[in-house]
Amino acid sequence: MSKSPLADTLSEKTLLLDHGSGGHASSRLIGNLFFRHFDNPILNAMNDAARLDMCGPISMSTDSYTVDPLFFPGGDIGTLAVHGTVNDVAMMGARPRYLSCGFILEEGLPMETLERIVVSMAAAASEAGVVIVTGDTKVVPRGAVDKVFINTTGLGEIIADPAPAGNCARPGDAVLVSGTMGDHGLTVLSGREGLNFSTDIRSDSAPLNHMVEALVTQVGDIHVLRDPTRGGLATTLNEIAGQSGVVIHMREADVPVRESVRNGCSFLGLDPLYLANEGKLICILPQEKAQAALELMRSMPYGENAVQVGTVRDAADGPGKAGQVVLETPLGGHRLLGMLEGEQLPRIC
Amino acid sequence: MNIADSFRDPALCKGLLARLHEELDRPLRFMEVCGTHTVAIFQSGLRPLLPEGITHLSGPGCPVCVTHESEVAAFLDLAGREGIILATFGDLMRVPGPKGRNLKLAQAEGARVEIVYSPVDALQLAAKNPGDTVVFLGVGFETTAPTVAGTVMMAKAQGLRNFKVLCFHKLVPPALRVLLDDPECAIDSFLLPGHVSTVLGLEPYQFVAGKYGTPGVITGFDPVDILESLLIMVEQRKSGDYRIVNQYRRAVADSGNARAREVMFGVFETADALWRGVGRIPESGLVFREDYASFDALQALGVTVQEAPPTPGCKCGEVLKGKMQPVDCPLFGKGCTPAKPVGPCMVSTEGSCAAYYKYSV
Ligand code: SF4
Repeated sequence: MSKSPLADTLSEKTLLLDHGSGGHASSRLIGNLFFRHFDNPILNAMNDAARLDMCGPISMSTDSYTVDPLFFPGGDIGTLAVHGTVNDVAMMGARPRYLSCGFILEEGLPMETLERIVVSMAAAASEAGVVIVTGDTKVVPRGAVDKVFINTTGLGEIIADPAPAGNCARPGDAVLVSGTMGDHGLTVLSGREGLNFSTDIRSDSAPLNHMVEALVTQVGDIHVLRDPTRGGLATTLNEIAGQSGVVIHMREADVPVRESVRNGCSFLGLDPLYLANEGKLICILPQEKAQAALELMRSMPYGENAVQVGTVRDAADGPGKAGQVVLETPLGGHRLLGMLEGEQLPRIC
Repeated sequence: MNIADSFRDPALCKGLLARLHEELDRPLRFMEVCGTHTVAIFQSGLRPLLPEGITHLSGPGCPVCVTHESEVAAFLDLAGREGIILATFGDLMRVPGPKGRNLKLAQAEGARVEIVYSPVDALQLAAKNPGDTVVFLGVGFETTAPTVAGTVMMAKAQGLRNFKVLCFHKLVPPALRVLLDDPECAIDSFLLPGHVSTVLGLEPYQFVAGKYGTPGVITGFDPVDILESLLIMVEQRKSGDYRIVNQYRRAVADSGNARAREVMFGVFETADALWRGVGRIPESGLVFREDYASFDALQALGVTVQEAPPTPGCKCGEVLKGKMQPVDCPLFGKGCTPAKPVGPCMVSTEGSCAAYYKYSV
């Protein structure tokens, strides 16, 4: 019978409040689970804090991850906690290097579930080339949290000069996306609601830092980089249009959406442009550089479907006011693509 | 190109649009009865491309928008009660009731509210929670009511006694009669709802053309459907041959769906109903028949619908009757926005005020 590595050493199958006590049970958990999988010299030094070597301008980001279900096609809460923070750090034109990781765990959680998550975090960190250098674990009574909450904080060195930022979109720029929209959001929603779309819907959860590094070093002059996570492409473009005081003009027909996602959305009355993505980026840069950026993205993993979806305009040149996103429909008509109020909810009829 | 795409085909639409511009020789005021049409017209970007002589008015066909304040008050009354789980479609969560309260707020304060995708999900919720009573919020037109009725039949067959329905279902044709009787609602033609008509067929609308001499076209939700229907309206206005036409033949049989009607009227019967902004409309609602009374949340849980006063300042009634365009409501975009909706038309995904606010460039 194959045993999980934990079973050999811990003989504990269920997480108890004791595992967060700071005593023996805690150190067994930390030693045999976290250190074992996250293994690296900085963490292994076991000091109160991590000693890091970094210099120059630094990008830092933190995020907390709660997702239901914990495991879904294409990823789990662990991959999200790594990819999400790595990507946020990278979007400053940075090379992410270190992650911290805090767990808040519900008493009674099967150890095997926790181990699966830790194993995927280790794999995700290794693919992204970051190390998990410090962490924390709390175990709270049953019902105080929903199974597992994870917080990660990331640090990276900014390698782009100047660093891309949300307020740097300029009229004449091209708006590119690295692939299809809405895959992650629809996957999680259909997993949560037990909706069986017997199709290929899976999360796009992926590290984008290698693509970012290639873009800033090989193409350069990147004005804005953002990953359209919660709120999706529409919300993120609205934020950028607002920060930069420009109109973003989008062509609906050019936005890549998988057929299966489009169908699932139309069934539920959802708009894929507002669904979360966890492995896609928006890149805004001068139109002259768009082709080079697209070719580069398409040559890399996670960027095969990169396309230009729109352009940045001055409010004086056409429909829309500064801060708005205007969508040109396939019929050639225009409408606003606004921000969503609250979450998207499926409709009655 | 697959069949579904052909109804959005830009080239086809351009041709139809050009014909519409040519054919229209006098102003045309048409009402899209159904909120999904309002949203479809905006989403496809069709609105700015239509000839100027065409005025489109929104109608009373958004189920969330016509749910009366008193009915929302009844949801909220149940929402805090011990042992009650409310099961609802998502759109009702943010609909403001008296004093602006809504289900989202009630949920944040501890009420147990579950969003479901079908009434059958609510039935499963009841089976999983035998110690609680699951109340499904029955809102919607002829499209939704048969599924709810079917679910009630299932509950009866399974002997599930902890499943109830708060039935505020409404029927579309009686509301059209109110509009046609009102001299201020000068409507040249109706764009009739596609989904509702899959159940009803043509017959229940015949009085619109027959008695009132107003044409109506049952149509789908893609731009080609809508444009074709507008052309049919223009032609009928020109020829004076007023009829109810079924443009949406790929989904709607002329006779509708007899089985769905049988299920719906097996569990429910018609009664007067309250419509938000419009008031009481005779025979426009559904209530439980005697045989199924034990599933009626109103009776079983002692909920009384007390007529709440209309929300001050809200012009939803005028908008739903096509007497006012959303942007002409004094509160539009000022006191009333999707973030702080005064009326349901600003919060429903099919609401006309929300559509104007969200999509107008
Ligand atoms: S803008 Fe608001 S208050 Fe005015 S009619 Fe619409 S929903 Fe009612």
